[in-house]
Order: sequence, then C-alpha cells, then structure tokens
Amino acid sequence: MKKYIGKQSVRFGNPPTVLEAAAIVGPKEGEGPLRDFYDVVSPDVLFGMDSWEKAESEMVRQSAELAAKKAGLHMEDIRYMLAGDLLSHNSGTNFGMRTFGRPFFGLYGACSAMGEGMGLGAMLLDGGYAEYVSVSASSHFCGAEKTFRFPLELGTQRPPTASWTVTGCGTAVLAAQGKGPYITSATTGAIVDMGITDANNMGAAMAPAAADVLINHFKDLNIGPDYYDMVITGDLGFIGRDLLLVLMDEAGYDLHKNLDDCGLLIYDRVTQDVHAGGSGCGCSAAVFASRLLAMLRKKEINRLLFVPTGALHSVASVQQGETMPAIAHAVAIENK
Amino acid sequence: MVEQASPGSKVAKNCLRAFLVGGAICLVGQIFKNALLALGMANDDASLVTACILVVIAVLLTGVGLYSKLGKVAGAGSIVPITGFANAITAPAIEYKKEGLVLGVGAKMFVIAGPVIVYGAMASVLVGLFHYFLR
Repeated sequence: MKKYIGKQSVRFGNPPTVLEAAAIVGPKEGEGPLRDFYDVVSPDVLFGMDSWEKAESEMVRQSAELAAKKAGLHMEDIRYMLAGDLLSHNSGTNFGMRTFGRPFFGLYGACSAMGEGMGLGAMLLDGGYAEYVSVSASSHFCGAEKTFRFPLELGTQRPPTASWTVTGCGTAVLAAQGKGPYITSATTGAIVDMGITDANNMGAAMAPAAADVLINHFKDLNIGPDYYDMVITGDLGFIGRDLLLVLMDEAGYDLHKNLDDCGLLIYDRVTQDVHAGGSGCGCSAAVFASRLLAMLRKKEINRLLFVPTGALHSVASVQQGETMPAIAHAVAIENK
Repeated sequence: MVEQASPGSKVAKNCLRAFLVGGAICLVGQIFKNALLALGMANDDASLVTACILVVIAVLLTGVGLYSKLGKVAGAGSIVPITGFANAITAPAIEYKKEGLVLGVGAKMFVIAGPVIVYGAMASVLVGLFHYFLR
C-alpha cells in the first residue's frame, strides 16, 4: 500500500501509538507554568556532573531510561533509538546513549529534532521494521550559550528578540501497536531561508519554515487548520508566532484560534525574563512529553499537530555573514 | 515585516542605566585614587594602582557570578570601563576550565578580549608612527 501522499507527507496505514513519554528539566523550567507535568525537575543545573556537556548527556540518559521504564519495557525491547541535540557533533545525545547498546540513529535538525525523530520513528514502526522505538531531543541552556553565544559570566545584554534555551530532555516511546494516541500522519519539512541574518531573532528565521510545512501538510492531506484542536510550533516565541500568523493569513489559512507555541508555554515570559520565549530541542520535546501528551490522554484535545521548528545556523555561518536556513516538521497525533 | 514584528531595545532607558553604572564605576575608581594620593603616592602610580584594584574587584565579581548580573542591567556601562575588560577575560577562563589549563583556559581566555588587544596594539603603533613623523 502506498503511504506517501501529496508533495511531502505520509499517512500511516497502521498508525503507531505514543506509548509513554518522560520529561526531565532543569530548575528554571521547574519554576515555569508546566512545573506539575514534568517527571523530574532537577534542582541542580549540572545534574550531578561537572560540566554542561556531561550534564546534558546525563539528562538524555535518564530521560530515555525513564520513558522505557514507564512504558514497562526493558532497553533491549527498544529496537531503535532516535535522538538529537544542539551541541557540536550531537555530543549531548551520543554520550548519553552510549551506555544502552541499542541501535541508534543520531539526528540533527536543530530544535526540530523531536519532530524529525517522531516522524521517522513512526515510519519505522508502520513499515514493520520495529515494534518499539524511542525518540529523544535535548538541550541545555549553559551548553548552548557556550556553543553558540558567549561564556555565561560575560556581562552582556540580550536583545528583546533573543530566546532562552530550555534545559531539558523529552523522550517518547512509540509502539507499532497500542491504544493511542496515534501518530496518523507526518509532513517532512524542507529547508527554507528567507534571508534573516540576526542569530538573536530565530523566531523570525523559523516562521517561514513553519508556514511552509503547515501549508504543505494541509494541502497534502486535503484538510484545513480547523481539523486540529491545537497546532503547536516548537520554539517560535512571540515574534515568530506573530509572523507565522501573518504568513498563514496571506496563504489563506486561519490559525488564530488554535495556534500555540511550546516556547511560550514553558516559561512565564514576564516573570522569568526569557525575552522572546523558550527555545532549543528540549523545548518542544519536554513540552510534548509532559503537557501535550497529558492533554491528549485526558481528551482535552483529540487532534494535535506538533510542529517543532529549527534554525540551522552555526557560529561559523553567522560569522561568515550567511543567512539562517530553517526547518520544521509536522507530526499529527490523534485520539481515535 | 520582521522589523515591524520585532521589538527594539529600549535605547533611552539603556543609555541612562549605562550612564549611571558606568559613572558609578568611575566614581569608585576616583575614590580609590584620591585615597592613594592622600597616602602620598605619585599621580601616575596612583592611577596604575587604581586600575589594578578595579580589575581585581571585577574579576572577583565575575567569579561569584555578579558581574554578568550587573552587565544585564548596565550594558555598555559595565562593558566599556576597564572592569568590563577584566570580565571579558575572566568569563571565558571560567567557562573553558573543563577543557584544561592549556587548550581550555590558556587558549580561550582571549576569545572575547583578544580582538581588543590586537587592534588596540595596532592602533597605538599607527598613532605612534603618525606622532613620530608629523611632530
């Protein structure tokens, strides 16, 4: 049976189930509005380690282990692990996963990693290549600052358009068979570059990529935005969210009623001083693994379109004056 | 469209804060200098020792995590004085300590202050040459 439809989407013949999920976050996220939904809030931003990089890997390890445990599985039951992060060479993930000894696909889609992983994981399951897969994405504020910006103790000001990288890791265990919620379709994003050069305004760079994947998703599946109870982007922040609404209006899609953004849910933007909102691979992953999955299970929402967004720049590309390419992946998750 | 949607920095408020904090740092320096002069130190020596004292204070504040908080409020007010320079050397030194004393602290210490030293030294050579030939 042909499962690919339209320009860049797939509709799953046997929709995989989101079996379980685990979210581990740092202290700042633990003070945020979603504090009651996380599995673990670490009071220590170093997670008992002695460097930011090791802390992120420890977070990845704990989250993958906990998600499997919650699903009642041993690590040996997980056929493939798919995961990504923001550090150089995906090292946060690679070092976190090294103890498991399970087949592993490392992903880099910047902050879109969770969407990329869930789409690919669902394809593996629906294709009959696995019974269980685990998908993780992580980021660490301090590690990301060190990799992409300045040393932490440098006395600089952040512009109002900057976002705050989430310290957290979310893992979802997907199963070929189960009672839902089901991953029913996925649209893989293309790289979109609208010429933004300001690395402190990632929402603006990512909004066109989100618009592109949303428009193609709606066209490919022949549905409108009203089909979903909630369309949630990864980390556009308030500037990117506003820009996305304008772009979607121009394309003739009204998202004003049901669009939200994980980066706007994870922090209280006023009291937590995060400027444009939360960002990072861990942002969409931790919000999905905590609040969004809970909403689906409690039937507060029945049709969710999860759209993690990523800005694909590097320190070198910004310094060489390159514009910022961006990507977004859409994954539809529904109760039946 | 992007510019319209993106709020700019609050220039007037930032300037005022920078002026107040930058001024306060200079005032602290002046107090030290006056005290040193009162102790009978020569003017040039007093200036040098004052700069050293300010650098030590900035390094200590960076070490305990307070200079970054000051910088968030003051912006250029705490970057431009010599204390900002001390902060720019100490912050990467702390950040890269885990990568070792040679390739970590030693190599990365100047990632931010390095350009200031390079172009500062070059500019002073150029000005010196002008001064020598056009005198």
